[in-house]
Amino acid sequence: MEINRRSLLAASSLAAVAPLSRARAQGQTIRLGVLTDMSGPYRDSTGPASLLMTQVAAEEFAGRGFTVEVIGADHQNKPDVGANIARQWYDQGMDAIVDVPTSSVAFAVNQIAKEKNKVFLNSGAASSDLTGSQCSPNTVHWTYDTYMLAKGTGGAIVRNGGDTWYFVTADYAFGHALQRDTSRFVEAAGGRVLGASRYPFPQTTDFSAFVLQAQASRAKVLGMANASGDTINTIKAAREFGLHRTMKLAALLMSSTDIHALGLDAGQGLLLTEAFYWDLNDRTRALSSRVRARNQDRPPSQVPAGCYGAALHYLKAVADMGAAAAKADGRAAVARMKAMPTDDDAFGPGRIREDGRKLHPVYLFEVKTPAESSGPWDYYKVAATTPAEEAFRPLAEGGCPFVHS
Amino acid sequence: MASESTAGPMPAAIAEAQGMWGYSRAQFVALIILVAALIVGPYFLYPVFLMKLLCFALFACAFNLLIGYVGLLSFGHAAYFGMGGYIAGYTAKAWGFTPEVAVIAGAVIAGLQGWVFGWIAIRRQGIYFAMITLALAQMVYFVCVQAPFTGGEDGIQAIPRGRLLGMFDLNEDMAMYWFVAAVFLAGFLMIHRIIHSPYGQVLKAIRENEPRATSLGYRTDDYKLVAFILSATLAGVAGGVKSLVFGIATLTDVHWSMSGEVVLMTLVGGLGTVFGPVVGAAVIVAMQNYLAEMGAWVTVIQGAIFVTVVLAFRRGLVGEIANLLKVKL
Amino acid sequence: MLELIETITGVPAPLLFGQVLLGLINGAFYAMLSLGLAVIFGLLNIINFTHGAQFMMGAFVAWMLLAWAGLGYWWALILAPLIVGFTGVVIERLMISRLYKLDHLYGLLLTFGIGLIIEGVFRNQFGSSGLPYRIPPELSGAWDLGFMFMPVYRGWVVISSLVVCLATWLVIEKTRLGAYLRAATENAALVQAFGVNVPRMITLTYGAGVALAALGGVLAAPIYSVNPQMGTNLIIVVFAVVVIGGMGSILGSIITGFGLGIVEGLTKVYWPEASATVIFVIMAIVLLTRPAGLFGRA
Repeated sequence: MEINRRSLLAASSLAAVAPLSRARAQGQTIRLGVLTDMSGPYRDSTGPASLLMTQVAAEEFAGRGFTVEVIGADHQNKPDVGANIARQWYDQGMDAIVDVPTSSVAFAVNQIAKEKNKVFLNSGAASSDLTGSQCSPNTVHWTYDTYMLAKGTGGAIVRNGGDTWYFVTADYAFGHALQRDTSRFVEAAGGRVLGASRYPFPQTTDFSAFVLQAQASRAKVLGMANASGDTINTIKAAREFGLHRTMKLAALLMSSTDIHALGLDAGQGLLLTEAFYWDLNDRTRALSSRVRARNQDRPPSQVPAGCYGAALHYLKAVADMGAAAAKADGRAAVARMKAMPTDDDAFGPGRIREDGRKLHPVYLFEVKTPAESSGPWDYYKVAATTPAEEAFRPLAEGGCPFVHS
Repeated sequence: MASESTAGPMPAAIAEAQGMWGYSRAQFVALIILVAALIVGPYFLYPVFLMKLLCFALFACAFNLLIGYVGLLSFGHAAYFGMGGYIAGYTAKAWGFTPEVAVIAGAVIAGLQGWVFGWIAIRRQGIYFAMITLALAQMVYFVCVQAPFTGGEDGIQAIPRGRLLGMFDLNEDMAMYWFVAAVFLAGFLMIHRIIHSPYGQVLKAIRENEPRATSLGYRTDDYKLVAFILSATLAGVAGGVKSLVFGIATLTDVHWSMSGEVVLMTLVGGLGTVFGPVVGAAVIVAMQNYLAEMGAWVTVIQGAIFVTVVLAFRRGLVGEIANLLKVKL
Repeated sequence: MLELIETITGVPAPLLFGQVLLGLINGAFYAMLSLGLAVIFGLLNIINFTHGAQFMMGAFVAWMLLAWAGLGYWWALILAPLIVGFTGVVIERLMISRLYKLDHLYGLLLTFGIGLIIEGVFRNQFGSSGLPYRIPPELSGAWDLGFMFMPVYRGWVVISSLVVCLATWLVIEKTRLGAYLRAATENAALVQAFGVNVPRMITLTYGAGVALAALGGVLAAPIYSVNPQMGTNLIIVVFAVVVIGGMGSILGSIITGFGLGIVEGLTKVYWPEASATVIFVIMAIVLLTRPAGLFGRA
């Protein structure tokens, strides 16, 4: 099925006025709903690009005996708005919800998917609890999580001599989790955490006060346990106050879209961890050249790429088990996804673990200097690669109740 | 009583003015339409959506009690709505309270909070009153971010709906709907009853001319405080029910933008009208629901509605209709 | 001496000085924004909730001037306030001017709605993660003050904001134009009768208040991320500043702006989590003890 902008709009307005009509007698329809941040701080790293990449997955997987419909909605980063949409979607015939950045919204959707026995393909949320204490047999967590970010960046920096840390932490669950996980790796590798400033989220615009406190601590590394605009403003303040001359800056969650907003002048030399970059290999380059024209002339960043990978693999599982069976039992569909090896242009070959964790290699990137970069979106060079089996939290440590190892 | 007004010797004009149970004829018709809509609604529309609508409608009615009948603009009503939600959610989840007890617990705490805050705030008028309520609500927000029981940014998740009175399972959406509809209707009728009681008449007198009411011997501060507590309590009820419906209580409901949203609902529907807040809440909630697919344009549309209402329909939807029909609604 | 400070405050003296200075810099933004709000409130009796969006527009116009017209920071400093101020004039003529006879509430709601529209349109156009804007080369670098490195640009922000604030205060308190303004605040009809075009004066005052917000936006562009929500978090704080200073009081908003910046800076040392809430605590206390604000007339 061709999904163009108009049919997408038609589909969404249909969803709005009437309950989705039951699938036609012959030829089932699989419905994917991309629930994402269309209007808030994560719009650029998720949002419309996540919707687009899910559509691309649907297009590339057309004509296997069932049709695929994709619609998107904005959860405004509010758990109750997200829960409301998710409930309505599932009740009215949606088979899987894709993306859902912001952990608090993801937890709400996670619950509802389990309750209604549907599928939840998470790409955008960071909390490792989604495959730990909150794990669900209806959920796959695809792209990244706090554990992997902490290990990727924290561990690598300590090995390079950055053994004393100071954290600037957004005062909410995600910031705390990122600080906690990173501290563990720092201490496990023999480093020490000298202090932390927790700032009110999201009401803070000026980070210079915390940058100064970090400086006074005489730590070697500034760990930024925050995201998006806050990270950008922290880095800008650090540059301005000359912090980068005495300390290493470690952005614990950053995406190539954030680097684009920051500019290479301020961003050069940053170390960060991502699971996907468009210029990694021939397959990733081919994927981004396929979609770039439709994505405001930008290559996809990691979360939309995760939506692509997750949606594609789900559709493969649906084709394998039959659309009717997949629609009837979300748990069975996720079980089938776990049973099949994954392979896509964004993440290469990999697999999904019993607890719902997708495993793939993870990269530590260093941001290029303006001189090294050939132009917009040429931002990263690979500093280190962690193999899939080592990058994520071991199954036994997660504490996922339904996994019996 | 309805039959009295037609059968008795009272002149028609007086009967019209006193109406039925304190309702004018137009209001009575509107009330019947409202009740009918409550009954048939879930057979045509998605029940969870209707439940959300009713929670906000009750919240807006509670807010309207203050602005519409006492003339006090509170810019911190999210504090009571959100706190009611947190308390109901926490007691239902952690202590296993049945839903009706959980909602009452939320309402009581919200009411106590309203007592303290109201006692502080009613010392000031106009914009300063609004600012104090905002400041106090911001402190509540801070407490909710920091306190362990609220779950911070994640909120309280997976709140059980439980069994009403220990007997009726509310996990079925329709059962929950009847519970929500009953709570809403009770709150709505109660507000109407308050407004039309002698106490309500004094409130209106205070709104129109406070010095005069004082000179007539009314302790106006006491009257205002009681109205504030009632409004906060009902807001707490609405918040508590909402957290049970969605199984989640979060910071969204205590944030100042929620205080702004309830102003918007009441304004769109019509300040100081009985049915306005209900219609306003319906319009705004429907908009948020059905426009979610529009992404970032939602804020633009919401802003445009604000602007249009302020410039062209200052009486609100219900107020304008009432004006056209020359009746009170 | 330094040891003494450290024993009393529990924080190393250099860090404390640094935080006070940073608070002063943030206070400069608060002062400039609340000044604009106070000017508008004083004459128009409108609480301009669009102010945050207009601050953001200032920063974006600076970026557009650079990206689309090649005009740098110094041009932006002059042109962006003019451009954004002009949009303010249009908004005042088309919409706000219809509300003068009504309750404050309606003005607040109208400007709140306009702010939502502006923010939404910018988000659709430019996304959410923001755009880079460099510190002009003339103002880059830092001074070593002994206890901290003071970026030249931040110093420039404090000084230019002080100059702008004082100039505005002088215009309103000491010039003939200011006298007309103040008179029109008291009794518009009478001033009109003396042959002053009051409606035009009101329009231009709104434009000037908006231009101040935009100027703040240009000053902020190099240090904060230029993104559509950059004004949202500020507006509610600035609003509190105006209330604490006394609604409509020019001097009050300037002094309170700088003062609260410092208070907030110190809170960031002792209890950073509460740094966004402390201003509201102060606001509640001030309103209860001095109903018209610190510098307002009851």
